[in-house]
Formats: sequence, C-alpha cells, structure tokens
Amino acid sequence: MTDAERVERLLRSALLPVEPPEALSDRLERSLSGLTEAAAEELADWELSTMRDPRNWMPTVAAVVVGGAAAAGLVLVRARQHHKRRQVRGLKALERSVRGVAGDIEKRLRR
Amino acid sequence: MDEGPDKQSLDRDFSDLYRAHLRDVYSYSYYRVGNHHDAEDLTEQTFLQAYRHFERAQRESAGRPLRPWLIRIAHNLAANYYRDRSRRPQTNLDDAAILIAPMATEQVVEEREEVKEVLEGVSKLPEDRREALIMRFALGMDNREIARSMGRSEGATKVLLHRAIKQLEQRLAEDGHD
Repeated sequence: MTDAERVERLLRSALLPVEPPEALSDRLERSLSGLTEAAAEELADWELSTMRDPRNWMPTVAAVVVGGAAAAGLVLVRARQHHKRRQVRGLKALERSVRGVAGDIEKRLRR
Repeated sequence: MDEGPDKQSLDRDFSDLYRAHLRDVYSYSYYRVGNHHDAEDLTEQTFLQAYRHFERAQRESAGRPLRPWLIRIAHNLAANYYRDRSRRPQTNLDDAAILIAPMATEQVVEEREEVKEVLEGVSKLPEDRREALIMRFALGMDNREIARSMGRSEGATKVLLHRAIKQLEQRLAEDGHD
C-alpha cells in the first residue's frame, strides 16, 4: 500500500458520514410546511417590498404617469372646453356691446 | 404561457431530494462547523433556501443531480457562518476542534489516534482542499459532482484532491506518523 493509499484509507475512516439527529427531520418538516403556508403571505409581502426597491418603481411610475397624464389630459380638455365656452360668451358679449355702441351712434346721427 | 410543474409535483420532488440528501447536507455542515447545534441550523437553512429556489434549480439542472447545488448552498451559508463568527469572538471554535469533534462517535476505535492525527491534518489544510476532501470522503462525491459544487472544472478538481492528499501525507510524515 502506497502512502497516498494509506492516507486515503485513513480519510475514509476519519470523515465518516454523520447521521442527522431525528429531531432535525421533524424540525425541518415543520419549517418546510410553515414555508409553504407562508408562501401566499410572502407573495403579498413581496408585492409590497417591490415598492420599496427603486428598481421596481419604473413600471409603477410609468403607470402612474400614464394614468396621471390621462387625468391631466382630461382636466386640460375640460379646461379648454370651458375656456372655449367662456371665449364664445365673451365674443357674443363683445358683439352685443359693439352692436349697442353702433346703435347709439346711429340714433345720435338720426337726431 | 408555460406555467412549469405544478406545486404538488414540485413538492414531491423536493421531498425526494430532501430524503436522499439530508445526511449529505448534515455531514457536510457538521464537518464544516464542528458541532451539532450549528450543523442543524446550517442544514435547516440550506433546505429552506433550496426550497425557495427549487423550481428554478430543477429547470436549469436539465436532469442532472441536484446534490452539488445543495452542497453549494450549504457552502455559501457556512461561509456566512464563519464570517459572522469572526465578528463574534465569544463563539470562536478553532478548526482543529471542529474536525476532531466527529471522533466522539465510537465507530473508529482502533484507529482513533491515527484518525485524530488525520483530522488535525485536514483541519490545517487550505479551505478549498479541506472542502474537497469532505465532499469526497464524507459524502462520497465523484470529481464531477465536487467540481460542480465548487464551481471548478473536473480537471482542476482532480488536481485539487491530489494536492490535498499529498499535502496531508506530507504533514503526517513530518509529524512522525509512519
């Protein structure tokens, strides 16, 4: 037997597999069952935690921006319509007042 | 869309993996940390982490054995264990004590002294050599499996094991173990 073979034989004797204690199996099975049951909760937590990580913000920010832009667009459209209505009313008033002034001048000239 | 394996078959496969390799993970953990208490914690954490990533590991393994993957998880957790321990000097255990501890079992009475010297010699080897020896002799892993666990090529693993045995042989010779 060579020295290397003798060392290998000693290593086989020294580094024997170690049987895990029985209690460990019970403990592990409980932990794994707990993990399975917690999976749904973990998913919910994950959804919240993604919001804490700035790398996950972009899709959300994009959604908010798109939604916000749509909302802002709606507000803008409404404001423009309102402004347009006000403009129309203003033009009509101006038209009325111009007509009124013209009528007054016409009456004065007739006198 | 591919939804992958269903939860039940995934859990069944994981149970098989757990039953097949609990002793391997425990043995590895025990020889790394040197006491049952921490070996139990390390084993538990290894399987919990493995469970979380099992679906992906199974998919990516393409049918290859998952033992190297499990041992790699244990290796990473053990590295954290040592890092934490270095921050907490009150729990320090020296490596010699770690590897002598398994000899509390009465399985190798006749060779006790020789084996004790071998274990002391193993404890003084560089970490990668020590790990390779644990995987080979305590877990019975072949070069391919050890290579996958350690993220090395098979050729590099073969050289690593050869050098580990040679270094140990030399150390025993220097200590007058002839």
